[in-house]
Amino acid sequence: MKIKDTLENYVFVLPAVVIFSIFYIIPFIWVFQLGLFEWDGISFTKVFVGLGNFKEIFLQDVNWWRAMWNASYITLIALTFQNILAFMLAWACDREIKMKNFYRVIFFIPPVLSEVVVGMAWRFIINDIDGANIINRSLVGMGLSNLAHNWLSDPKTALTTVAIVHCWKGFGWGFLIFLAGLQTIPRELYEAARVDGANAWQSFRRITIPLMIPVVVLVAILTVLGTMQVFVLIVSLVGGEFAGHTSVPVLRILASMRGSSRFGYACAQGITFGLVLVVISFIQYRFSKKER
Amino acid sequence: MLIRSAVLCIFALFSVLGCSGQKIDAKPTITVWHWMTDRDPAFQVLAKKYESLTGIIVNFELYAPSDAYSQKIRAAAQGTNLPDVFGILGEKRDFAAFIKAGHILDITSYMEANNSIWKNKFFPKALAVNEFALGNSYGINPGIFGVPIDIMTIQMVYNKKLLAQLGLNPNRPPKTLVEFLDVGTKIQAAGMQGLVSGWGEVWMIDCLANNYAFNIMGKDKVLATIKGEVPYTDPDWIKVFAIFKQMKDSGVLAQGLVTMINKSAEQLFANEKAVFAFNGSWCVNVYKGMNSSLEYGAMLPPEATDNFPMAIWGGAGSSFMVNARSKNKEEAVKFLAWLTDQDQQAYLAQETNNLPANKNSLSKIPEILAQFARGMDYATHPNVWGVSEFSLVIEAFDRGIQSIIIGEKTPEQVANEVQQIKDRELAKKRAR
Amino acid sequence: MKNTLYYKTKKIIVNTLIHLFLISVAITCLYPLLWMIVSSLKSQDMIFKDISLIPRQFHFANYVLAWAEGGFGRNFINSIFYTVAVVFGIVMVSSMAAYAFSRLRFPGSKWLFIMFMAAMMIPIPGSFVALYVLLNKLHLRNTPIGYILCMINVGLSTSIFLLKTFFDKMPKELEDAARIDGCSKFGLWFHVALPLSKPVLAVVVVFNALAVWNEYILALIIFDNRQFMPLQVALQTFQGEFVTNYPLLMAGLTITALPIIIVYLVMQKYIIKGVTQGALVG
Repeated sequence: MKIKDTLENYVFVLPAVVIFSIFYIIPFIWVFQLGLFEWDGISFTKVFVGLGNFKEIFLQDVNWWRAMWNASYITLIALTFQNILAFMLAWACDREIKMKNFYRVIFFIPPVLSEVVVGMAWRFIINDIDGANIINRSLVGMGLSNLAHNWLSDPKTALTTVAIVHCWKGFGWGFLIFLAGLQTIPRELYEAARVDGANAWQSFRRITIPLMIPVVVLVAILTVLGTMQVFVLIVSLVGGEFAGHTSVPVLRILASMRGSSRFGYACAQGITFGLVLVVISFIQYRFSKKER
Repeated sequence: MLIRSAVLCIFALFSVLGCSGQKIDAKPTITVWHWMTDRDPAFQVLAKKYESLTGIIVNFELYAPSDAYSQKIRAAAQGTNLPDVFGILGEKRDFAAFIKAGHILDITSYMEANNSIWKNKFFPKALAVNEFALGNSYGINPGIFGVPIDIMTIQMVYNKKLLAQLGLNPNRPPKTLVEFLDVGTKIQAAGMQGLVSGWGEVWMIDCLANNYAFNIMGKDKVLATIKGEVPYTDPDWIKVFAIFKQMKDSGVLAQGLVTMINKSAEQLFANEKAVFAFNGSWCVNVYKGMNSSLEYGAMLPPEATDNFPMAIWGGAGSSFMVNARSKNKEEAVKFLAWLTDQDQQAYLAQETNNLPANKNSLSKIPEILAQFARGMDYATHPNVWGVSEFSLVIEAFDRGIQSIIIGEKTPEQVANEVQQIKDRELAKKRAR
Repeated sequence: MKNTLYYKTKKIIVNTLIHLFLISVAITCLYPLLWMIVSSLKSQDMIFKDISLIPRQFHFANYVLAWAEGGFGRNFINSIFYTVAVVFGIVMVSSMAAYAFSRLRFPGSKWLFIMFMAAMMIPIPGSFVALYVLLNKLHLRNTPIGYILCMINVGLSTSIFLLKTFFDKMPKELEDAARIDGCSKFGLWFHVALPLSKPVLAVVVVFNALAVWNEYILALIIFDNRQFMPLQVALQTFQGEFVTNYPLLMAGLTITALPIIIVYLVMQKYIIKGVTQGALVG
């Protein structure tokens, strides 16, 4: 009886495990062991270098760590600016206000657009020679002309500008998930709190926040995973790695694969990248468990 | 409702799966994979023409953009599923790797048959890109392995109207670096934008830097540097790096140059927002589409010294290779011979504004293309030097120049950094 | 009297501020979309010269051209087919697995879940080549089913993660009641858990639909037949090696964005519906 029960349980996960094993595990193993070789992606022979690639990444590849730093910077901005914005918007749309259907649709347009279009459109909005210079012109119009700047061509501000555009594209997802989460909080809890005399801030603190913590962590994990892998937007906005100022890990991996024809090294970089992401996500996950 | 949609899906699945069979033809079919979106219509026309002449079906399949095409070719190579005819987008050492893996047919014998009749139709420089010479560093037996179907050069172009606005003779563009920098001062004073180019994509920087290197120290010294015999900290190389600093200081470079992809640069030049552009001969087609009334001319990059002649990069633009494992090798070779024949090349040149690889097809091209073609006399290309620089060194070199342009590093600093990486790579190579 | 007025004014001010906030964000969201649509109505030579939001001439023909040249007929249907098949597959497979991880006990469940989570976090560069070779060996390369299975795998981990988070939060009373009524495990999953998780399922649907709809590189590498290609691959014909036909590209991209927006419009209703379901539980 118990065995039949357990077997039944396995059936639930069987399709997922089968597909996963074939289409993820096998390629993963192939890529994993490739990190130990020097290979150009074409020849039928590979050169075994053991941990040589990893040594190179950790000890010599300054460009790689700069890319990781840049990606972490963008991710930090996403975790704070983007997700707080998404939460505020979701909270605003959760209330009984007019036109919330309209907002719900509009806010999801950025994620739907392709990254290429987003990059081109924002480059057009921000740049002055090959664009319409709208941001600067608005700043001047508002009397803040000393804030006008060549946001994308100045190496000091390029990365932050890219980060903000990325937030613009990404907040729709956080908005959607936060909204779904807020909507599953039973209204009765708020009613009961109001009857008990709690004001808006108190019910927010005592009801909304504790019930939303798992959702917040979920969004945080997905944000980190998605943002660290950004790259198409960077190419459309600033043309590439901008002498290292806008390098990101995926661009470095692509450079190893295509520019240097070092497939094995690219795999080693990918594995290093994955490990960092796993560690960060794991920490976030444990943090959420502790909060309960 | 759920069950119904599931059944529908499975039904649709089977109906689509059922269409996955290939038609079995009595006539042989040659499959060509290419990435040239603008030429696809012209290729289809030529394919039909070939079929009517010989009865052989030629199937041109377009896979764009070129990065994706490159990945598809490499994936297919791994699975030994390459088509009969394809192109390799990459460097000479990738080309060599493909040959060593047995993917590419050696067509030297076909080219040299009948007193090299096929071979002599081409511009020698176009063929050189597809050739491996005696004593090359890639370990390939000498021979010809690809067929060029067009040529291109990368030069500078200048806007005649804007030059006139600056008070200069629109038919006499700057010929020396000093003149060029001088124009830069005028450009900056007038608040205009100077040179645009896709220098967000590092290879274009590499191209111009290399052109000046040839001009300043000559081909032999440059090749010696690649071989490791001359360091990048040599004064001549520092002069090369310094040129970019001089250009930046004089105001002749457009703002935000380092963040441009080539397409943005093309759009700026086409819309007359920039005085100069550094671009390849394909730009003729691009500019025509965006602004057919643009008045411009092509020129060599203004020379820094007259010690050695100015060089530009040029040679075969696009080339096709034959799959050595193909069942239709002979037919594929014959088709390529036809494709590179005089009439077909002239047709392609007219339709797509690209320079033909066949010497005899130059008659009806527009004047601006002819200016590009004349640059072929000065043309060279990394793929013909017989040696390649380490890719990490090239990357440091190009990024270093980007840093010079945005004012973050000095030429000496960049030279030192590049040489450091060069020493490291040389040590690794010796250790193997 | 002062009290009521005070609270009323406060409410109006707060509401106005909220609306201002929402509208300003909405404007920044709309502008690039407008730019894309307006660009699609211009012509190639005017597209960068004319930077106003209203084109001097409306080239509606661009849409027809984009449809014809972009091969939108067959490829459009292919994309819809792949998206529906993959989304359906993921919803079934991942909800079953997530339910099992959340509610059922079996040895190794913790480790299996961790494996799925790790997969979500470790992207594999160059996986295209690996998948190509794999599908080749399985004789599934250049077939729709091969592509669909690959794409199901792509969204599997994240979907399982999303669903399990919500299943964990689900109150157990309804399931207990159904179990007492004699419901089997599958019945519990299908009749209780799935309907309750409609808001999250809607998110999973939108997320995966978007991913499959926008995918092009795997399709380009795996398929050799034009007739199997999805829409995004066809769109690339406008982004040539040298010449990009911007207006047609924009028109193509606009057409491409529409179905996903429709999917979203349909799905986001379920997020609201979920509220009334939730009230029944409480």
